[in-house]
Amino acid sequence: MTLLSPVWTALLYLAAAVCFILALKGLNSPRTARQGNLVGAFGAVIAVVVVFLSVRLDNIPWIVGAIAVGSVVAAPVARRVKMTQMPQLVALFNGVGGGAAALVALLELAHSSDGWMRVAVVFTLLVGAVSFAGSAITFAKLQELMTTRPVVFPGLPVVMALVLLAAVGAGAGVVFSGSQALAVGLMLLGLVAGVLLVLPVGGADVPIVISLLNAFTGLAVAASGLVLGNVLLVVAGTLVGASGTILTRAMAAAMGRSVAGILFGAFKGGSTAGSTAVSERPVRSSSAEDVAVLLGYAQRVIIVPGYGLAVAQGQHTAAELAEALEERGVDVDFAIHPVAGRMPGHMNVLLAEANVPYESLKEMGEINSEFKTADVALVVGANDVVNPAAKTTAGSPIYGMPILEVSQARQVVFLKRSMRPGFAGIENDLMYEPQTTLLFGDAKESLTKVLGAVKGL
Amino acid sequence: MDGISLLTITVLAVFVGFEVVSKVSSTLHTPLMSGANAIHGIILVGAIIVAGQAHEPLVLAVALLAVVLATANLVGGFVVTDRMLEMFRGRKRTESADKQKEDAR
Repeated sequence: MTLLSPVWTALLYLAAAVCFILALKGLNSPRTARQGNLVGAFGAVIAVVVVFLSVRLDNIPWIVGAIAVGSVVAAPVARRVKMTQMPQLVALFNGVGGGAAALVALLELAHSSDGWMRVAVVFTLLVGAVSFAGSAITFAKLQELMTTRPVVFPGLPVVMALVLLAAVGAGAGVVFSGSQALAVGLMLLGLVAGVLLVLPVGGADVPIVISLLNAFTGLAVAASGLVLGNVLLVVAGTLVGASGTILTRAMAAAMGRSVAGILFGAFKGGSTAGSTAVSERPVRSSSAEDVAVLLGYAQRVIIVPGYGLAVAQGQHTAAELAEALEERGVDVDFAIHPVAGRMPGHMNVLLAEANVPYESLKEMGEINSEFKTADVALVVGANDVVNPAAKTTAGSPIYGMPILEVSQARQVVFLKRSMRPGFAGIENDLMYEPQTTLLFGDAKESLTKVLGAVKGL
Repeated sequence: MDGISLLTITVLAVFVGFEVVSKVSSTLHTPLMSGANAIHGIILVGAIIVAGQAHEPLVLAVALLAVVLATANLVGGFVVTDRMLEMFRGRKRTESADKQKEDAR
């Protein structure tokens, strides 16, 4: 017996779908974003309640227990994760969603006798598995459990082609025979394909891949909705698939890359050119006091924050330094590269957390023409986003990525932990230029020292 | 529901999906991706249905695993998105607090 009639069920699912649309719409503007997200969560609650009231379910205690386990594991992690590690957490959540979709499809295969239904099962299995394994690899890369550089081996395209061919064969087999064993095989092939898809993607391109896999999971969910005949899953999954595709393209455009270039660039080889050349050229390093003098007597300072700043939790100190300089009459701005941090918009979130006024955060297009009027560009824990190789060195992994034109400032100061190259694994020639000064050390410690010295001027 | 209706709904949903995110600024790319990520956690509904119809222990076990994973996606996704967006609100709150201070003077 069920409590809700099919009509009420359909109406409530519609309400949930509208909530999801409003959620995505709300996330378009900073003013409405938080409510938007809550509306989405409300829609999800409606949907879950409706499924309990509208479908005859056995094993309810088990199901409730499993939901409790999932919530108890995920919510505290999401609450406590450091903002710097958020991208990999998003990747992880995306992966488990894809995995769940694949498992649902695997189990539904037994109930689908219709050929088209089985096509949807095959699609969900494959795409869900790709998303799961791909997300796991992006997680490992972002968490730096493995190298962040592109991983390529000779014959990778051939292996990939063979895996995909085998997957098509297994998929056709599943459609015609409905065999569970073949379906499991297909899922395994999907896992291998997911790993192979993401391995060659390196460095700064990883976030774009998360967005792409996010769209993949959406499509897998939509297909599983077709299998189950559940309209809400179809609508929600398609929404995410479509918006995720647009978002992926927008992110890629912000970095001056094409999605195909990111996925297949490393296959062509040569994309890691220059990455192995570690030079012994001399650099000019200096003390915190010297940097403080440079900053304190400048008229205009532009701070370029990067991932190193976030990782050292130095955003609050950076905000204090900006304030101290402003008090001395120095004009200070923050130049935010679209992919500063690890994901588009990540740095804005981190600096907002440190209460840096919104007006001081300048986007790349706005600030790039102003570097030539700046006395000092202070690069804190950023590297790839100011690397001139993106403009000058064809064949460099970041070639074509728009960069902040730091080199046009009269003086450039790098706060860096070491000479280690950035996430993309390439050297930055700017560090050897005569106008450049380096201050080695943890970003937060260096900033604290500079801040102290500025206050003592 | 018949195939044609589902197809119609799917196609319309594609256009809605394109439309709602077409003009978003790069500042909000990350929260938007995270929010969309949470929404596909709704696969939980599918996982619950499959688990509720399972009769063999192995099937139930796999279905419950799907429920756990989907819940993690759904709950974790919304919570982490909220965390990110909290930052935006935090800034506005201090701005209005500053304003109140000024007003008080």
